[in-house]
Amino acid sequence: MAQDKTTAKKVEATGLMGWIDARFPLTSNIKNHLTEYYAPKNFNFWYFFGSLAMLILVLQIATGIFLTMHYKPDAELAFASVEYIMRDVFGGNIIRYMHSTGASMFFVVVYLHMFRGVIYGSYKNPRELIWLFGVAIFLCLMGEAFFGYLLPWGQMSYWGAQVIVNLFATIPLIGPDISEWLRGDYLVSDATLNRFFAFHVIALPLVLLGLVAAHIIALHEVGSNNPDGVEIKQNKDKKTGIPLDGIPFHPYYTVKDLVGVVVFLIVFVVIICFAPEMGGYFLEANNFIPADSLKTPAHIAPVWYFTPYYSILRAVPPVMNSQFPGVAAMGLSVMIFALLPWLDKSPVKSIRYRGRLYKRWLAAFVVSFLVLGYLGTVPSNVWGHFGAWMGGADRATVIARIFTVVYFAFFILMPWYTAKDKTLPVPDRVVG
Amino acid sequence: MSDIKTDKSNALSFSAPTQIDQEKRNFLIAATVCTGAIGAAAVAVPFVGSMLPSERAKAAGAPVEVDISKIQPGGMLTAEWRGQPVWIINRTDAQTAELSKHNDQLSDPMCEVTSQQPAYCKNTGRGIKPNIGVVVGICTHLGCSPTAKLEAGGDMGDQWAGGFFCPCHGSKFDLAGRVFKGSPAPTNLVVPPHQYLTDTTLLIGVDTVEA
Repeated sequence: MAQDKTTAKKVEATGLMGWIDARFPLTSNIKNHLTEYYAPKNFNFWYFFGSLAMLILVLQIATGIFLTMHYKPDAELAFASVEYIMRDVFGGNIIRYMHSTGASMFFVVVYLHMFRGVIYGSYKNPRELIWLFGVAIFLCLMGEAFFGYLLPWGQMSYWGAQVIVNLFATIPLIGPDISEWLRGDYLVSDATLNRFFAFHVIALPLVLLGLVAAHIIALHEVGSNNPDGVEIKQNKDKKTGIPLDGIPFHPYYTVKDLVGVVVFLIVFVVIICFAPEMGGYFLEANNFIPADSLKTPAHIAPVWYFTPYYSILRAVPPVMNSQFPGVAAMGLSVMIFALLPWLDKSPVKSIRYRGRLYKRWLAAFVVSFLVLGYLGTVPSNVWGHFGAWMGGADRATVIARIFTVVYFAFFILMPWYTAKDKTLPVPDRVVG
Repeated sequence: MSDIKTDKSNALSFSAPTQIDQEKRNFLIAATVCTGAIGAAAVAVPFVGSMLPSERAKAAGAPVEVDISKIQPGGMLTAEWRGQPVWIINRTDAQTAELSKHNDQLSDPMCEVTSQQPAYCKNTGRGIKPNIGVVVGICTHLGCSPTAKLEAGGDMGDQWAGGFFCPCHGSKFDLAGRVFKGSPAPTNLVVPPHQYLTDTTLLIGVDTVEA
């Protein structure tokens, strides 16, 4: 539709659009980001998740606004106000379940989006900054999830926050003061709840929106990667300057993404209607008990999307009477994603042209991520104990340690195995 | 502004400098940045400080008085101090005797880590009276409240002589709040400052020494 228009004007001269364009770059923005933004023609299934993440962001903001109309960020009132939303507010239960399910689905979609970036090498030159903005979005999202989880003021909210805030207390010397400052009290209390509310509903969402804008601006500057890892801008039509393998984002990918949205919404609505707690994975049973600062629930675990990192925290033993190494390992396990563009020394981007060595390491990483994720949801004695030959250690703890090593080895050894790996020749043009 | 520059007859007119004094300009930029940074740091003080525990939160940390006459031997009572659980454990003579027998299984049997108890509680029972233990019931790992498993044996296995088990990450403590080796918790439970007002009244939150 717009194939032959790149050199054409980016402003309208007449009519309403003309009036606006003289004052605001509306037409040129529409062209630059939609009708004349050329995306590779070979996007596949994995390319649904970026737009879905944006959809969920909008859903979370919209449902969040309506929840704040009824929620009370006060330790005395918070738990009851959530029950009030669930029972007495018209549509309150649907809005709250949309928000709680949206949180989990956000992570489902973002994990798939990140995995897409990994398998197709989308973080590699020239897209390092897109990836870094993405990692920052991921961190921001984890903060949102953590702060938001305290708000219902249930037992899991309370003790989860207690554990996470105390992670900072393990930092040598200044740690205890930092965690006291974060809590605003000597324990998680009303002061903590009130400030977490502020972080959750205004501070982090603002940062998140800014980062998402930066992520997309950077993407539209360099152009999208694709399953072949071929730069489509290197093969342009001589006359029009349009990439030969590119198609306009609108209408081609807006329509494609719409199909993804429909399928996603079907899944989303089914969860909200039939399994909003998802068997304790989306909303944990202990969180239906009001917070009690004197009694820890028998088994506490974070929500599923944090469990791989939580497993790593539990797996690392204390060193020199300090829990800090475990906390540092957990922090590193998240932050290390940011180094991917510089750890990957492979000459090719896409997994399609990578060798066996890389594929095996990636498979090992995926398995360890999933196993660690599972182990983080269960008590550390879930698989019983080894016999005396292993000092009676928990089987699950030992296995978590092994997979923690694999998790980090995937990153740390990456410069070595990606350089050594035998790659296939990459075609000049997109092949499918 | 351009009018002023071009209108030669205007009293405000000035001739553009022929050369830019880059050194002077750099100095002015640095001075402006420094002044701005100092201002920003000063403005940050009330914002950062507003997140510290408020005066009300500090006041809630006042000492609490506890009547311990009702605790049976072998039983315990949970008091609240600064919103934290404080356990007062009334050990039987047998339980107190047991404390010195498993030193080899403990990380810090002699209570060498001074931050974890007042100096007057640096003993095997970690208390002022041999049978009464007073500890903050918050795990030194990541702040969960361990579960009392005061009886020997039971679901904790045959080796268990009574103590506390943290459900979050599996740390184990004995009846004096000393941590067993192999636990994620790095140190013994904290013994809060406390003193006896009478034989059966305990004041938690104030050191004997200061009285």
